[in-house]
Amino acid sequence: MSTNNNEREVILSIRHVDISFDIGKKKKFKAVKDASFDIYRGETFALVGESGSGKTTLGRAAIRINPCSAGEILFNGERISGKISRKQDRNVIRNIQMIFQDPAASLNERATIEYCISEGLYNFHLYKDEEDRIAKVDKALEDVGLLPEHKSRYPHEFSGGQRQRVGIARAMIMEPQLIIADEPISALDVSIRAQILNLMNKLKKEKNLTYLFIAHDLSVVRFIADRIAVIHLGKIVEIAESEDLFRYPVHPYTISLLSAVPMPDPIIEKQRDSIVYTKEEDDPEASPREMREIRPGHFVYANDEDMVAFEERLKKLELYNAENQ
Amino acid sequence: MAEKNIILSAKDIEVKFRVRKNYLTAIRNVSLDLYEGETFAIVGESGSGKSVFTKTFTGMLESNGRVTNGSIMFHDVDLVQLKSDKDWEGIRGAKISTVFQDPMTSLNPIKTIGSQIVEVIEKHQKISKQEAKEQAISMMARVGIPNAADRFDEYPFQYSGGMRQRIVIAIALSCHPEILICDEPTTALDVTIQAQIIKLIKDLQKELGFTTIYITHDLGVVAKVADRVGVMYGGQIIEYGTVEEIFYDPKHPYTWALLSSLPQLGVKGEDLYYINGTPPSLFNRIIGDSFAPRNPHALKIDFAKEPPFFRVSDTHYAKTWLLDPRAPSLEKPEVIQDLHEKIEKMTGKGGAFYVDEQ
Repeated sequence: MSTNNNEREVILSIRHVDISFDIGKKKKFKAVKDASFDIYRGETFALVGESGSGKTTLGRAAIRINPCSAGEILFNGERISGKISRKQDRNVIRNIQMIFQDPAASLNERATIEYCISEGLYNFHLYKDEEDRIAKVDKALEDVGLLPEHKSRYPHEFSGGQRQRVGIARAMIMEPQLIIADEPISALDVSIRAQILNLMNKLKKEKNLTYLFIAHDLSVVRFIADRIAVIHLGKIVEIAESEDLFRYPVHPYTISLLSAVPMPDPIIEKQRDSIVYTKEEDDPEASPREMREIRPGHFVYANDEDMVAFEERLKKLELYNAENQ
Repeated sequence: MAEKNIILSAKDIEVKFRVRKNYLTAIRNVSLDLYEGETFAIVGESGSGKSVFTKTFTGMLESNGRVTNGSIMFHDVDLVQLKSDKDWEGIRGAKISTVFQDPMTSLNPIKTIGSQIVEVIEKHQKISKQEAKEQAISMMARVGIPNAADRFDEYPFQYSGGMRQRIVIAIALSCHPEILICDEPTTALDVTIQAQIIKLIKDLQKELGFTTIYITHDLGVVAKVADRVGVMYGGQIIEYGTVEEIFYDPKHPYTWALLSSLPQLGVKGEDLYYINGTPPSLFNRIIGDSFAPRNPHALKIDFAKEPPFFRVSDTHYAKTWLLDPRAPSLEKPEVIQDLHEKIEKMTGKGGAFYVDEQ
């Protein structure tokens, strides 16, 4: 899986982004610190971290809900953070859509499914006439595995999995280029999760979409993502291609997340100990850390001392992988 | 397995809820023997009845629900016969206590952490205020709260989610119960915190020797905590056995499906295994096997007659017609064949989930 990133087209570029919130009048809380990554057209890029890590904050910054306090965000090469023209703002709304975690909370419970799905079409006049609009809604419903007769129903008449399908249909009907999926399966039942993941993969292939997939669970991400960024307390600590991250994880926090994934095997799982990662903040004494490339396309947040340890670890892992082949 | 004492025995439990003018049958003839000192995990999707079933052990069904049949024997007392709060005194919270999913809603936000633990201790034990406070602080230290004495007077909002769940566990264990019911205790928590809480419960169980019922929808968690497992679907336990039997030799198609749809077993670029359709409505009378409409391997008889429990081993039973001698023989899905070898490869050196000693 060696893809040459230089030849691929960047759709979303996050550059040295800080996002901070005010606490009272004087204090500020930095939720995201100096985040940088590119998302390429056609890939699924996952942002993985625990609650409070800033993953959702960063996702929301990409659709201009949270303003950046430093750095910039580019969409198709144009800056979309900070002050932009109204025309461009509409361009962002149209082309970047969001799928939320809780489909029950994100749908208007007093509107029919038809209205929920058509709302974006109304706002942007994306239909010729009524007939065209209805045809588009029917198509969107069909794409996500629902039936045209579901149109007249209300959100509460659906199961959780069906509601999430409506949430997806509502995003898809805008024919966006980029979809930000914020924990789209966390609120769903185990047997429904697989359906929604398969559906998202299918739609991505059919419509040549790009996903920013926000999650806390590495096991799900391994199945769906092409590249993964691990974020801890507002700081991105490791970015790599999916297979590479699982084969050669180097940052201790990534390893701690890996060790916490429960494996469905009683003999193994009872022996597996999870590793607790405790370091909360950067040690002010240590030399400054930055993102460094440790393998092709694999970046880790480190300073010189860290790199020595990480590279040693990498050698060991490379040996294991060679033995395992 | 060696001879074990049965600490709680539920027989043919049926639970009905009155919803507007209809009756919903949430639990349909479920029996369970719980052995002293074990961890029994109940796994199932939302609506399968796993919480409702265990709520009957502490008389905490919602007011529109009633146990309409069966008995639950606990130390020569039939818990089904207990009606008023007075009857339950000395059992609920004292001998059988519960840890719920969301630690924020199970703690009172406007009372200090310390007072909430002391309240429970004073209610169930006749001791002085000072002694109760000492007990509370030692319990807080035991569940891993650093500087317990200093944090005694703090409020829940000053604690993180994982710390709050530790407090809920401290409260539940403060009267040294014989049975601890953990109802999705880690679902609202982060994965790394989840691992810590699971370890805490296991360590305390070893130390204090209580019996645990662990309710979850996550089979990975089941593998970590359980000695025995019961799989629930549509208000029934459809398969139970030792944890090894359920993972390495599952017999019910629903257990197959649950295991197969785990993303840990997914292969990139291929579809994940999934279960079609949705669980059955419990308002209607269910005829035959409740999983039949979603089961690709369903037999004709599955739609007509409810299967009995077939014996697989002394400890392993499954409620599926597939085990009838007349049924066609069917292999479990490919994804979960040789499960142990597969996971061993994944967690071994060079595997995707390999974690070395740090």
